[in-house]
Amino acid sequence: MSLALIALLPFMGAVLPALLIRSGRTVCAVSAGAVTLSALTLLMVNAPSVFRGEALHDRFEWMPGFGLNATFMLDGLGLLFAGLILGIGLLIIIYARFYLAKADPMGRFFSYLLLFQGAMVGIVLSDNVLMLLIFWELTSLSSFLLIGYWRHLPEGRQGARMALAVTGMGGLAMIGGMLILGQIAGSYDLSVILQHREAIQASPLYLPALILILIGCFTKSAQLPFHFWLPHAMAAPTPVSAYLHSATMVKAGLFLMARLWPVLAGTPEWFYIVATTGLVTMLIAAVIALFKDDLKALLAYSTVSHLGLVTMLLGFGTPIAAVAAVFHIINHATFKAALFMTAGIVDHEAHTRDVGRLGGLAHLMPITATIATVAGLSMAGVAPLNGFLSKEMMLEAALHTSWGGAGWLVPAMVALATLFSVAYSLRYVFFVFFGQRRYDYPHTPHDPPLGMWFSPGLLAALVVLIGLMPATIAGPLVAVSAGAVIGGPLPYYSLALWHGFTPALVVSLAALALGALTLRRYAALRDRWDATPRPEAKALFDATLAALFAVSRTVTTTLQNGSLRRYLAVLFTVVLAVGLIAHGGAGPDYAPRPMLPVAAGPLALWILLLGASAAVAVMHHNRLFALILTSVAGLVVSVAFAYLSAPDLALTQISVEVVTLILMLLALNLLPKQTPRESSGARIGRDGVLAAVGGLCAGGLTWAILRREGTSISDYYLANSYSGGGGTNVVNVILVDFRGYDTFGEIIVLGIAALAIFALLDGAMHGVSRRRLARWTPDQARSADRHPLMLAVAARLMFPFALTVGLYILLRGHNEPGGGFIAALVVSIALLMQYIASGYAWSAARMRIDYHAMIGWGVVIAGLTGVAAWLAGRPFLTSAFGYVTLPPLDKFELASAMAFDLGVFLTVVGAVMLALANLSRIARLTEAAPDDGPMDVDPSDVRHMPQGV
Amino acid sequence: MEFLVASGVGVMTAAGIYLMLRGRTFPVVLGLAMITYAVNVFLFATGRLTLDRPPVLNGAEAYTDPLPQALVLTAIVISFGMSALVVVLALRSYLESGGDEIDVIGEAEVARRIERDGVSGPEARR
Amino acid sequence: MNHWIVAPVILPALVAPLIVLAMRHDLGLQRIFSLAATLALAAVAVGLTLSAASHPPQVYQLGNWPAPFGIVLVLDRLSALMVLMTALLALAALFYAITSGWDARGRHFHALFQFQLMGVCGAFLTGDVFNLFVFFEVLLIASYGLMLHGGGAARLKAGMQYVVINLAGSTLFLFAVGAIYAVTGTLNMADLAVKAPLVAPADAALLRVGGLLLLLVFAVKAALVPLHFWLPGAYGQAPAPVAALFAIMTKVGAYSILRVYTLIFGAGAGDAAWLAQDWLLPAALVTLALGTAGILGARSLTPLVCFSVIASMGTVLIGVGLFTQTATVAALYYMIHSTFAAATLFLIAELVCARRGAMAGRLNAAPPLAQGDLMAGLFFLGAIAMAGMPPLSGFLGKLMVLAGAQGRPDTALVWAVILVTSLLTIIGFARAGSVLFWKTAKSEGEAAAAQAWPAGPVIAAGATLAALAALTVFAGPVETYLEATAAQLYAPSGYIEAVLGQGALAAR
Repeated sequence: MSLALIALLPFMGAVLPALLIRSGRTVCAVSAGAVTLSALTLLMVNAPSVFRGEALHDRFEWMPGFGLNATFMLDGLGLLFAGLILGIGLLIIIYARFYLAKADPMGRFFSYLLLFQGAMVGIVLSDNVLMLLIFWELTSLSSFLLIGYWRHLPEGRQGARMALAVTGMGGLAMIGGMLILGQIAGSYDLSVILQHREAIQASPLYLPALILILIGCFTKSAQLPFHFWLPHAMAAPTPVSAYLHSATMVKAGLFLMARLWPVLAGTPEWFYIVATTGLVTMLIAAVIALFKDDLKALLAYSTVSHLGLVTMLLGFGTPIAAVAAVFHIINHATFKAALFMTAGIVDHEAHTRDVGRLGGLAHLMPITATIATVAGLSMAGVAPLNGFLSKEMMLEAALHTSWGGAGWLVPAMVALATLFSVAYSLRYVFFVFFGQRRYDYPHTPHDPPLGMWFSPGLLAALVVLIGLMPATIAGPLVAVSAGAVIGGPLPYYSLALWHGFTPALVVSLAALALGALTLRRYAALRDRWDATPRPEAKALFDATLAALFAVSRTVTTTLQNGSLRRYLAVLFTVVLAVGLIAHGGAGPDYAPRPMLPVAAGPLALWILLLGASAAVAVMHHNRLFALILTSVAGLVVSVAFAYLSAPDLALTQISVEVVTLILMLLALNLLPKQTPRESSGARIGRDGVLAAVGGLCAGGLTWAILRREGTSISDYYLANSYSGGGGTNVVNVILVDFRGYDTFGEIIVLGIAALAIFALLDGAMHGVSRRRLARWTPDQARSADRHPLMLAVAARLMFPFALTVGLYILLRGHNEPGGGFIAALVVSIALLMQYIASGYAWSAARMRIDYHAMIGWGVVIAGLTGVAAWLAGRPFLTSAFGYVTLPPLDKFELASAMAFDLGVFLTVVGAVMLALANLSRIARLTEAAPDDGPMDVDPSDVRHMPQGV
Repeated sequence: MEFLVASGVGVMTAAGIYLMLRGRTFPVVLGLAMITYAVNVFLFATGRLTLDRPPVLNGAEAYTDPLPQALVLTAIVISFGMSALVVVLALRSYLESGGDEIDVIGEAEVARRIERDGVSGPEARR
Repeated sequence: MNHWIVAPVILPALVAPLIVLAMRHDLGLQRIFSLAATLALAAVAVGLTLSAASHPPQVYQLGNWPAPFGIVLVLDRLSALMVLMTALLALAALFYAITSGWDARGRHFHALFQFQLMGVCGAFLTGDVFNLFVFFEVLLIASYGLMLHGGGAARLKAGMQYVVINLAGSTLFLFAVGAIYAVTGTLNMADLAVKAPLVAPADAALLRVGGLLLLLVFAVKAALVPLHFWLPGAYGQAPAPVAALFAIMTKVGAYSILRVYTLIFGAGAGDAAWLAQDWLLPAALVTLALGTAGILGARSLTPLVCFSVIASMGTVLIGVGLFTQTATVAALYYMIHSTFAAATLFLIAELVCARRGAMAGRLNAAPPLAQGDLMAGLFFLGAIAMAGMPPLSGFLGKLMVLAGAQGRPDTALVWAVILVTSLLTIIGFARAGSVLFWKTAKSEGEAAAAQAWPAGPVIAAGATLAALAALTVFAGPVETYLEATAAQLYAPSGYIEAVLGQGALAAR
């Protein structure tokens, strides 16, 4: 438990600063510190057993099926890094409390910091590579927040996004590598993976895995060519730079390389990729660092260089180099964090970080100067400081390394890099703190309060102590952590100042001398440097992103151009292509079904249909005409249904046809009557081809089906319709019984349509639409008699008959063609006639039917009829029927299906009427003086009677 | 007979597709109607064609396949609701925007107009 | 017979008309009933899921007619899961709609909302292809109503496109079903699974045509490139709570593909076995790529979210398109994730746009937002989820999909697409976020558009985020459930025999 808690504490504690900021900055900082301290304590509690050489484990099942479990491991390496992260974290928190200005939202700062801390600890403690990946990405996210902490600074925002992009990319690449490792090892648990060295290095996937993982490590640890994000991350507040970008996050890459050292290292691939990258990074970054004037930039590049140094050591793949690497990680963390904090102090006090504007600060801020000098000299590798020791070991290892047979290459480049690191270290120390006192600082600096120099001071003290008594202070830690890296017996080494007059010592002394010399010639060198052109990484990065955004935008806006015609054309094309490919032109190798003869009538209808279809396509610009042609097609279809033994379909189609036509006419009344000719010839051609091919495919498919014999489950319906469904009209029985559930859905579709239509039209009663309607002027001649006498009278006379017919159709539907739907349409038409004949106001006033309620009742009745079956323990929509004799009537049938059909009836009438009534309601808005009379000439009004009768 | 039906489906589909590819709402609505007729007949045809054998039990020895008829009936009703909605939507959209173009002005076009006429975003979208 | 199986359809189907009947003029009552009904639906869904987890597939024979003659509902682990997702998502969306007052900006919101739920649940539960069509229509027409809710020229135009494209899709659906019925003579899915391999070689071509046209129908719903064009307009113009609910609509497509192409056109389909395989994976990869391009190319927030939905559908369908049991587990897990992630982002997007005055969602500097930190935090979490970054479930989902694609000839390609698009998505969201919340315009001092503290909406968005968190924390149990779900899908005999009775497969 305790291990998991070490990682979780910072996460859980992250809320505290955000909450406690209300009670003051100090409380806020203290809360953050307390969280870190408790985590650190917890770590220390476990430390002894680690020093005894055990590896502690802590395991929780999370996704066992997938192999992702919350498993933690604490060994030497984990202890070293967790110690660094929490220890330095504590110092940073103290420092930040005094560094941040009053204006800075401190609560947010410490919350982000703790999130980052937790993620970092998670990385170094996880024993499952997938969980390690999770924490890995979390560090990217939290560092994004920390770098962008000063939101008003464009550099901050850009730096944050750049860091996220680069390190995020590394993390994603690493996912691939880790999955491969897991696949080879058969488990995602590190401790298992670490057992499979041979299997992994033998696998054909070793190299891809290696490369993917290394991309992750190199991006995180700012190795060339991924180094460029680190200097830009310096836009972050200095505590962040000191913490993330010197001591901890950038070391995550090193950590992982060390972690996987036992399974990945030792191959030529490993040596040439890792060692070379490290070497090159070390040298180039050192050179660049020398020519940076911004203190933080200088330190950033020196960090890159030192990370390269450690990478190179790990790349050597020898145990002794691994020991050196671990030792240098410790030392670098101490002096580099201290240096960043001093840089922060200078910036804070003198309001500038420009070397050119500084110098002689030692006179004004002796304490800071002392700290900076100690740390700086350690970075330069001056005895007796800790930097000297690890550099000795590094040189020792480098001198015995040959690169591609060239024994001199590595030592030479390392020596050169060392020289430059001496130079930039000394530049940091002497150009800033020593020399003449100046009087032109932007702000006269003084030593800061204790709180601010305490942390770097402590680290500087460590620098000295480790340097003087390495074996006592750092020895045990180096031993356990190096042991964990090597995963085997430690090589012989001694942590001491004096190893005799070794070649390494010579190189190191030479480097010091030459480094100092270089610095004397700095001005000349600087001119040469400024003269030489160099590729600017940020410019390249920005250009790449800009291009990326531009391309994406072009692609998107070109494809997503808002043209439905384009979208539909694509849709049709895809459908036709897929259909044709799927069919694969299979030949007619089936026993053809005999064809029906062609009578004269059908032929005539067919010609009519063809004519109508062709005409509607050609003359669609005249909308009224096109509408009529469409209905002709519908008419032909319904006749065809009747002819081909589908009376129900014929009735339905014809009645639907009528209602649709009325609806469309009402709509067209308010729409433009003409469709402008705007399609280009090319477009018409394209659409024509699409249409032709589509027609051929649809026709061909129909033909192919009609020529085949087919089997079907339908015999069952014919057999059970009467006995099981109590009806002789099989289609109707299927609709209300066998597949009544479909019908239930179907009437609900109608109901919803009506509600949606109502909502749409109701919305037109006000706002833009309303105004447009009011301004509307008839765009075609209106007949003088709006409500013709004959029509009105006829409609009223017809009304009762129509209702009777509707009722009859409804009742007989179960046994003869008909049913609720058709009946409903007949009745609706009868009602509509009143509207047409006598106008909206008059009819609406007399037909006080709540169509909403009708729809509601219809659905409810249909639904409850179905639910009623539950009472009999039967499933939804189970029908029941019986025959009752009710004098004086003859024996007749009562079926639950009838109730269901009634529901259908009500819904359909309600839906149709709701839609059409509201449409005419809208239309009425267009009339300046609506004529609400039932007829133009009211016979009951005597004044119209001719006189003298 | 089969040929007449098949070709009828084909022709109505063709007309439907062509109309659906027009630039104004009303032809598109008509196109939907045409293609709906086509698919209804097609669905009906999957039960093959028969003369004078309506599926109304009357002691005859054979009937046509009733199932596709039921399916088509459902399809007709549903498409009725759909076309009612779409025509009203077309009307309302016309009343709201004063135009019945089916295409929406894409980002690229908007940018071009802002570029060309120096109009504001909303205006360019009109 | 377990009558609860039909409840997810009946309940909203009766509540909606009741709302129309009894409380048409009382928004307060509507809200109460709508919310209560959705809560009840959620409760039922939980019960059904538990029952599905402990039983083999259960069948509900509507009208008490035996399959394949009557219509059956089938409750298996997959359908139960989908219904549960729908109900939970609906709760959040409805709560947002009520607290943000969206439901008052037009007529019949709650009735349409309930009908929408009915349609979606019906589609998930049915075991009959034609009935699937019917419920597709129900959920579509309800979605038209909801999408157009509130009106406005832009929304109406976008709605017109959405409606027309889907009507074309519906027509296609009928062509496909017709072709399939013509050669198999049946509509019941289980029966089709039995009959498909028995189709005469001469008719095999027609079955293939029907099967693939059906795939295209589902592809339109699932916004699979190149049939995805409708989505940005429709979701972008829909009211935020509706767009959030629509997150389930694309999943209806994904569900149908998974159902039909493992059951009917799966291993046992003879000539038509794994019919969708060659088509789905490539299209899904392109979908992911184009969706990501949309994220990077977006000029404003809502389109960005819409394209991220397309991209996430790409990832889901990659998992589906691999057509292996492990990959399906991954696909299902990621599908749950992306549903709630999309909903979250749509809700947050509206909250943000409402706080940027005339600038709305455009990705340019604007004066600081009201409740800026809260909004930034919510957006950050939503973006993390959508980009598939830890700690939220998207990361786990992507890991699973990647692992599911392992050991294939095209693993490198699939991995490359998924990983690169993930990076680009991160970049895109980082850019959007830093512009929206960090890069405030010159007029620093200017008071941001005053906004009431959006308690309700924030709770709704928080709820969807909480769902993601739960999905992460309880990834273990969920994964176990999904393992069994995928197992059911890849051994369809259980489903078939549940529907048609023992020995139904003897013919096969």
